[in-house]
Amino acid sequence: MATTTVSMTVNGKQVSAEAENRTLLVQYLREGLGMTGTHVGCDTTQCGACTVHIDGMPIKSCTILARQVDGKDVTTIEGLADGDKLHPMQEAFRENHALQCGFCTPGMVMSAIGIVDRNKDSLDEKTVREELEGNFCRCTGYHNIVKAILSAHKEMTA
Amino acid sequence: MPDGSIGTPIKRREDQRFLTGTGRYVDDFNRPGQTYAWMVRSSVAHAKIKSVDTSKAEAAPGVVMILTGADWAADEVGGLPCGWQVIGKNEIPMHEPLHPALVADKVRHVGDNLAVVIAETKEQARDAAELIEFDLEELPAVVSMVDAAAEGAALVHDDLPSNLCYDWEIGVKDEVDAIFDKADHVTKLDLINNRLVANPIEPRAALAEYDPAGDHYTLHTTSQNPHVIRLLMGAFVLSIPEHKLRVVAPDVGGGFGTKIYHYAEEAILTWASKKVRRPIKWTADRSDSFMTDAQGRDHVTTGELALDKDGHFLGLRVMTNANMGGYLSTFAPAIPTYLYATLLAGLYKTPAIYCCVNAWFTNTVPVDAYRGAGRPEACYLIERLVEQAARETGIEKTEIRRRNFIAVSEMPYQTPVALEYDSGDFIRNLEDGLEASDYNGFASRRADSEKNGKLRGIGLATYIEACGIAPSAVAGALGARAGLFESAEVRVHPTGSVTVFTGSHQHGQGHETTFAQLVADGLGVSVDSVEVVHGDTDRIQFGMGTYGSRSLAVGGSAIVKAMDKVVEKGKKIAAHLLEASVDDIEFDAGTFRVSGTDKELGIGDIALTAYVPHNYPIEELEPGLDETAFYDPKNFTYPNGCHVAEVEIDPETGVVGLCSFHAIDDFGKIINPMIVEGQVHGGLVQGIGQALMENCEYDDQGQLITGSFNDYCLPRADDVPNFVVGTNEGAPCTHNPLGVKGCGEAGTIGAGAAVTNAVLDALGTRGIHDIDMPATSHKVWQALQQSNG
Repeated sequence: MATTTVSMTVNGKQVSAEAENRTLLVQYLREGLGMTGTHVGCDTTQCGACTVHIDGMPIKSCTILARQVDGKDVTTIEGLADGDKLHPMQEAFRENHALQCGFCTPGMVMSAIGIVDRNKDSLDEKTVREELEGNFCRCTGYHNIVKAILSAHKEMTA
Repeated sequence: MPDGSIGTPIKRREDQRFLTGTGRYVDDFNRPGQTYAWMVRSSVAHAKIKSVDTSKAEAAPGVVMILTGADWAADEVGGLPCGWQVIGKNEIPMHEPLHPALVADKVRHVGDNLAVVIAETKEQARDAAELIEFDLEELPAVVSMVDAAAEGAALVHDDLPSNLCYDWEIGVKDEVDAIFDKADHVTKLDLINNRLVANPIEPRAALAEYDPAGDHYTLHTTSQNPHVIRLLMGAFVLSIPEHKLRVVAPDVGGGFGTKIYHYAEEAILTWASKKVRRPIKWTADRSDSFMTDAQGRDHVTTGELALDKDGHFLGLRVMTNANMGGYLSTFAPAIPTYLYATLLAGLYKTPAIYCCVNAWFTNTVPVDAYRGAGRPEACYLIERLVEQAARETGIEKTEIRRRNFIAVSEMPYQTPVALEYDSGDFIRNLEDGLEASDYNGFASRRADSEKNGKLRGIGLATYIEACGIAPSAVAGALGARAGLFESAEVRVHPTGSVTVFTGSHQHGQGHETTFAQLVADGLGVSVDSVEVVHGDTDRIQFGMGTYGSRSLAVGGSAIVKAMDKVVEKGKKIAAHLLEASVDDIEFDAGTFRVSGTDKELGIGDIALTAYVPHNYPIEELEPGLDETAFYDPKNFTYPNGCHVAEVEIDPETGVVGLCSFHAIDDFGKIINPMIVEGQVHGGLVQGIGQALMENCEYDDQGQLITGSFNDYCLPRADDVPNFVVGTNEGAPCTHNPLGVKGCGEAGTIGAGAAVTNAVLDALGTRGIHDIDMPATSHKVWQALQQSNG
């Protein structure tokens, strides 16, 4: 299988690794770079556990080839906190008990930041629920995730 | 109240790692020299294996080893064991056919394991798997239980006389029949409790490693109970003694029952790791999950409720067919019997109950406990019957419940189906549920909906469940092949910090926080000075794991028992240091005090003395402050509650909108209300999912139609509303030291019945009184068309 050297910026750091042409971004992150914060929960682009930001946009990293991301800027769950200080979305999830097993959480947080970014002026429960359609959570029943995103929206747009 | 005391909603400590991507799930572990396994699975439901040719695959790049059912059979390793033996009518034990991890003779469901390919990379293993040639002779597939029971049906297991696994009953049929003969009214329903797929978001995974230096195996696996896996796999499948086998279940991404069981891949990888002498990793993709994770529910039931002229329940008569799938999963036989039929009294004083359960083998994925496990099926049956009886008799649906509820004054209450309820205030839960949901205001909300051309309905489910299965001796008498206690070690360190080793396993429940609160409260130390360790057979003395809402009631009680021993020993040390009699030492909030004096020592001083025993009663007392306890419960715990659902249906489209859901639950005493509410929220959505959208379907060839998230409708955020949940702590459990009952499954148990009853309340305005779950828009629309036409 042909390989290519794929380079990108991940969480502010320039990285480079050999990858088969068929390597998905999530494999590149998890297996190539050993960054296991991004998770895989399905194989049909339904669950959203693998969501990362590419050039600031939430993208499901299981559905994009690593080489398509060559030269781009990737942020994963590992890159959100500022040292010990959690990103406001991470903090809102913690504060509102918006996670249980934690497996969907990385993708959920990355998608949630995208929701706030797209709805800076105003955000309501209905919109949050609609825009969360790309992410499954089987533990929380979404109740506290919705609450956390609304609370983070306030914090992030204050 | 100090931070973290029992009853305070402190934030979870485990969140930090999950929120920063530093959790460690099985697939996050990698070992030097690791190989990758790809499971080759059957694409047909029922076929004879005529030949397997692996030669092309063996030659493929990167292939390390390929093992098939023939290799498994040749090694004379055991089949996957079943942990519960049900004895049927006339003392006839259930049929328990061999469950090989890799099949050699025939495949019995789509996804059955034909071979494992081990290669240098996952991609190479997968590529090579494509090159294995199987000559399969397809056989007629037995898909439904009607198929299974049919005269001349194909046999799922050729060595059995039929596809019947067991024919079991509880109660005395003749006595119940006689009651029905004299009853003023009989309500009868034919119900299907639809098959579900648990779908934790983390797919199963395993990483096995053999160390030839010590002839020792280590298995990392996505399990709710690593010690149980060690026991089942070590003792019954691979003959590896416990001291040579370590099983680790690290962070696990949701379980919901389906990660209780011992799965083929765990045994196959462990077995193969000695052959390849390298670590082997396997990670399921979602298709694997759909084809091989034990599925849930799948009952077909006829239920009849006999009433007198005043609406009092006289008797319940139930015939249930339960689908076991192609093989018996670890606890499968217990679910439709001891976790279902024994719950059929519900909250009611029904004096006579008879239930017959026939369990069937079919060419489908094995079925076992899924969140609630038998109890949602029981609740669904009872509460559907109760609301149907209310409609038929004209007695208002809350009134008919009130007339039949077991009263607080009647506790403890012996039901006719084996259980003895210890506590519960069912009327209060009902009243609170009705008030919270503004039940009295429903008529005007319905009128508003009608003005908009919509159908509105309100439905209730009052439920009771039995959690923390126990005592071990009773469970054993009913067929359990394991003890059902829990263990804990409380290790107080020399400087007063504490490590708790628990046999419970957390995979979302927040034990690391709740158990720390429990210990902080019990020993009078700060929450931050307590660490909770779980999930590793080399670190934890023993454990039965987490399922059946047992962790706090059983595992937490074991911790309390261990703390009692710590305090008892601490009193002896304190008595020595304070020169007092042990009987005069009191312990409270971390301080040992000579009763009636100001002479006292903190637990930190006592711990230090225990480990630096210079001034110490060394002749009578060993050094150290580290105690282990095993707790075997005296009875089940009985969480109960009242759930109220309100729906609005658009008759033009059949779409059911869930307007509100109110849940009032009695979980006994509550340690962390934030975590408890979260458990209820999640449980509710799984019950709502069953009621409105989730359904596992096979076609008549046994092909799994709902084999991915594209086809299996898992609830999304915009399918559900915000919830209103509340708890009553007024009737704590009477027989465990914490007064706790368990909260993990309640939401799922009540929600399915409450939502379906609400849908039927709405559809009842159009003369529709029956619909099976899930009430999809398609099904509702069709029902409305038929009722109109």
